[in-house]
Amino acid sequence: MRALLSGNEAIARGAYEYGVQVATGYPGTPSSEILENIARYPEIYAEWSVNEKVAMDAAIGAAYAGRRALVTMKQVGMNVASDSFFYAVYTGVKGGLLIVTADDPGMYSSQNEQDNRHYARFAKMPMVEPADSQEAKDMVGLGLELSEAWDTPVLLRTVMRISHSGSPVELGQRPPRDNSPVALERNPHKLVSTCLWARDRHPVVEDRLQRLAEYACTVSVNRIEWGDRRLGIVTSGPVYHYAHEVWPDASYLKLGLPYPLPTALIRRFADGVERLLVLEELDPFLEEQIKALGISCQGKALFPLTGELTPAVLVESAAAAGLIAAPPPLPPPLPLPGRSPVFCPGCPHRSTFYLLNRMKNVVVAGDIGCYNLGALPPFDATDTMGSMGASIGVAHGFDVANISDPFVAVIGDSTFFHAGIAPLLNIVHNGGKSTVVILDNHTTAMTGHQDHPGTAVRLGGAPATRVDIADVVQACGVHDVHRVNAFEIKAVRRALKDALAFDGPSVVLVEGPCFFVGPGPAGAYEVDPAACVACGVCFRLGCPAIVRSDEVYPANGKPQAFIDPVLCVGCDMCAQVCGPGAIHPVDEPVSGVEQ
Amino acid sequence: MKAINFLITGVGGQGTLLAGDLLAAVGLAAGYDVKKSDILGLAVRGGAVVGHVRWAERVFSPIVPDGQVDFLVAFEVLEGLRWLHHVRPEGTVLLNQQEIHPVTVSSGLTGYPDPAAVDRALGERGGPVFKVPGLELALRLGNPRVLNVVLLGALSSRLPLSAALWQQVLKNRVPGRYLELNEKAFEQGRTWAQERSDS
Repeated sequence: MRALLSGNEAIARGAYEYGVQVATGYPGTPSSEILENIARYPEIYAEWSVNEKVAMDAAIGAAYAGRRALVTMKQVGMNVASDSFFYAVYTGVKGGLLIVTADDPGMYSSQNEQDNRHYARFAKMPMVEPADSQEAKDMVGLGLELSEAWDTPVLLRTVMRISHSGSPVELGQRPPRDNSPVALERNPHKLVSTCLWARDRHPVVEDRLQRLAEYACTVSVNRIEWGDRRLGIVTSGPVYHYAHEVWPDASYLKLGLPYPLPTALIRRFADGVERLLVLEELDPFLEEQIKALGISCQGKALFPLTGELTPAVLVESAAAAGLIAAPPPLPPPLPLPGRSPVFCPGCPHRSTFYLLNRMKNVVVAGDIGCYNLGALPPFDATDTMGSMGASIGVAHGFDVANISDPFVAVIGDSTFFHAGIAPLLNIVHNGGKSTVVILDNHTTAMTGHQDHPGTAVRLGGAPATRVDIADVVQACGVHDVHRVNAFEIKAVRRALKDALAFDGPSVVLVEGPCFFVGPGPAGAYEVDPAACVACGVCFRLGCPAIVRSDEVYPANGKPQAFIDPVLCVGCDMCAQVCGPGAIHPVDEPVSGVEQ
Repeated sequence: MKAINFLITGVGGQGTLLAGDLLAAVGLAAGYDVKKSDILGLAVRGGAVVGHVRWAERVFSPIVPDGQVDFLVAFEVLEGLRWLHHVRPEGTVLLNQQEIHPVTVSSGLTGYPDPAAVDRALGERGGPVFKVPGLELALRLGNPRVLNVVLLGALSSRLPLSAALWQQVLKNRVPGRYLELNEKAFEQGRTWAQERSDS
């Protein structure tokens, strides 16, 4: 049976068909749907871990116990997990351990464009790289087999364009798996990475890598496809398909197991073609290693280091290099306004950023999540953002650097659990005085509404012990805690002011459910044209439901506001900021507005 | 088997993703090799979205190469205009007559393209253009969320596949309680487009 699966669905299907028993991860685009789909197979234990390092350690523990394990994360999650997979390369595994990294060439939803193929080389573990959904499924099996045969974690590197593209996949069955209790095979000399014993493991790692490089020349996923010998292309991942759009007749060396590099195979291919191109997205990972073999090739001298190597980019670069004739140019695009993502109607983050926008002197150290949109118009509120949990440490840096303006850290609930608790403890321990605003929308919203330790359910729907953020904060030693309803703008304003004025560490816990996990829409609101003075204050909420009316307020000649009844979910924030009280629920007379 | 490239554009939340899934499933059911590509994540929060779907004997890239769009299915006017120059000269444009103003327009930082400019851009096209009142047709069925299937219905009238094949895919993909509504939506869109020559 064939089905059209995205790369992420195919990886999940591979986990099912190749007998994975434990799957962990932390959400992050473009990886999140892998674990969400795995969770649909009751045969597999699946969990959202609190962060990527915890997910990695849990998967390693399961593999030590002899279970097949898979751990999934986006590319920057590998930075968080890296401390752990480095030791696992030394200790080895028992059950297969597949680490899935979903990279983001083109930076569609990431803070950087790091090329995680380097992690395979850095940590000295083999890596497989699929080019479509069928390969994504197959390579879960290959990766797990390699992991068990060579006693090492294996990296599966996908990219956004594999994870979020769909192509046909042949479906198979899951072999029977024994889930009954299993005794851990004790082997401290191997599994305890104290320097005394780990020293003995390093030569094992190096020897394994050398033998794997020989194996990589024989494995079927590394294959030569002879075509026109005047041009040979070494490539891997989706670029294999992009290149076929441009050079359908060239010779190809397709690398499905690109690390460790199959050197003999590359030499054979290079000897068989007149000109050798290395086509790879982001860094010259293959190219530099091939050049180090003394083989002449071209890559990044002709093709960009940044972004995806889409067919269009390949054509442009190849034409500029004289490799192909330049195609006729496209008609010019029309000059059009852009469309950035925005807070949804009913978003609880809106009040905080509306207020921070008005508190012009307050410096905002931001964090990873939907609330990062507070950096964009009309809020323009956020001053820094770098990585998960960075807001709180950066704010503490502002504190000890003695910056002259008031400042806050702003961080979401899932991000706080992931990486915000340690820096908050650090503030308390070191006598800091930062204000930390925690936006608790009861979900991991940006990546598709996954659960976290503050929610009452866990992946798969089972009930979970809900951890209260205010309790955590107080246990960390913060005693100035302001708990407010996100949908009461005056209350949020008062809490921000009080916390900023407090001479010590303080937390503002702004609570309100993300619209998508909340109780659903209330009735829509409307603007009374007779009362609207076109002051424009409601537009500063950046709500997609509030648009410019065709009507103009005569006294100032400006357009009045109009609320799109299809988009409005009745959160009431616009009514709270409207000076003349012109905004009210649709079925409520103007005189009934309580303001 | 002629290769066909589709581009589905719109605003996050309009249902473009499901439209792409259904279109890919139809191609597969018709015996094509199929690939599709979506942008998820940040873009779905009211941002611009674009999905690629390709049908052919063998598809390599899941992304439609620049300028090779055979059918542009635009769920929103501005997001249709944004990709107009990628449509082949003889390609077909289905433009849902719905405007969703970006926040930068509401706050007065930029302006939405005026109707005359839209008509001028569409008028310069050689291939067929359909200005589909998709939201209106969907609201006639009482649910704006079937806009995607209405537009697929309109698209189906321009493709050499039987309506039965499309309906079979709907049957396979749409949950039972919504099936009848979606079947009506498909018919609504298909009939609307069949009744019209290029406009």
